[in-house]
Amino acid sequence: MKSSNNKNNHYAIETRELNIYYGNFRAVKDVQLQVNPKKITAIIGPSGCGKTTVLRAFNRMNDLILNARIEGQVLFHGQNIYEKDVDPVQIRRKIGMVFQKPNPFPKSIYENITWGARVNGYEGNLDQLVEESLTQAALWEEVKDNLNKSALALSGGQQQRLCIARTIAVKPEIILMDEPCSALDPIATLKIEELMRVLSKQYTIIIVTHNMQQAARASDYTAFFTMDEDRTGVMVEYGLTDQIFTNPKQKLTEDYITGRYG
Amino acid sequence: MPRDTLDNKLLQIQDEILVLGSMVEQALARCVMALKNRDSSESREVIQYDQTINDKRYAIENAILIILATQQPFAHDLRRLAAMLIVANELERMGDYAKGIAKTNLRLENTEIPIPINEIEKMAEVGLSMLHRSLSAFINEDAKQAIAIPKEDDEVDKLFNIAYHKLIDFMIANPKLIDQINLIMWVVHNLERMADRVTNICERTVFITSGELVEFDVSDDEGDEDLNEFF
Repeated sequence: MKSSNNKNNHYAIETRELNIYYGNFRAVKDVQLQVNPKKITAIIGPSGCGKTTVLRAFNRMNDLILNARIEGQVLFHGQNIYEKDVDPVQIRRKIGMVFQKPNPFPKSIYENITWGARVNGYEGNLDQLVEESLTQAALWEEVKDNLNKSALALSGGQQQRLCIARTIAVKPEIILMDEPCSALDPIATLKIEELMRVLSKQYTIIIVTHNMQQAARASDYTAFFTMDEDRTGVMVEYGLTDQIFTNPKQKLTEDYITGRYG
Repeated sequence: MPRDTLDNKLLQIQDEILVLGSMVEQALARCVMALKNRDSSESREVIQYDQTINDKRYAIENAILIILATQQPFAHDLRRLAAMLIVANELERMGDYAKGIAKTNLRLENTEIPIPINEIEKMAEVGLSMLHRSLSAFINEDAKQAIAIPKEDDEVDKLFNIAYHKLIDFMIANPKLIDQINLIMWVVHNLERMADRVTNICERTVFITSGELVEFDVSDDEGDEDLNEFF
């Protein structure tokens, strides 16, 4: 990465006047979001408000969508990750993503963890990497005797923790989570939330969730998005989760979190 | 465990309740000692300290509201939080009684009057012991203890009656000091009410363990009137 031109920037990642278009349609407008390091930031809002679009902008996943176009900046270590000389693959190594549905490779548990490391030419001890990653993802005790078992034989909650372990294995700085619990039962959901809390000591986590209660329970900061009259996503309010859920400053936020929206 | 975050937050608030309890115990012990020694500067400190007690109570209330809003507690967790909200309020009101007693001592500055200090000290001692044990029972969710403690209120009531009659006798013997001696009547009243509030804490312990809202039948219940506010 190019050296930072803004060394005082203490945010893990930051957007400045971020606008994202799909063709001629502006999906999100003027988002200014400063994400604090080693904290959990939740993005909430109704369907279509651009939550996932913004999340995907944080590691250039929108590059993979035809017609998607970005204006503004996403600053990571003070550098705009959309500059021409930035390699999106490098960005995605530093900023990993966990998806809505667990998507382990149809391989063994062991290979799921080591795959990213091998691709990246990892020269350390792979056994150790597997144990460390699975331990951090709170899955080691459950699978340590069956590392050669297919990942697809795990339960949904275990598969999602495996995907988190796989993300951790390449030593990212930021973990993006797109509705990571929407396919899980309530207990598996709570396990992932507690795991997020532990991981936040080491990583910055940004989570998009439809589940407002999950944002309230699990995050330190919450950003509320909605749509304006053009159906363009806008950020209405961003603050400490404790404040957003007890005393939001904006009426739109109050209406949404109290179920009086729309 | 899936709810470590909630459990940790509950433990933190529980600790804060205990801290608030010991602050109130300290204020009550000090205000009675100040009255005994007719120590105005100690009374002034107790009055100032009441603000610290109030601040602690509001901090606890705020923390509980945040948990209710963000953690979706149910069943036993929910009852615990609701009970802690009420106990914090009870403790803060007991702190007001200490402040009221301290103010009385200041009002009587430079006035020599007879005070039934033995009964007052004993009432405070019994009340503080009840308070201390009621908070332990609350934290340990010991319903058996919580049911037993309010019965000790009878002793406080007995002491109240003795002090009351002594004060009447003092008034008859010193008609010019009726107003001043009447102030001491409020002191014993505050101590009597304090023991009643211990009963409220015990009721909340039973609520946490059983889910039942009970009212213990204490022999002398003066209702919710708060004469302390006159001070």
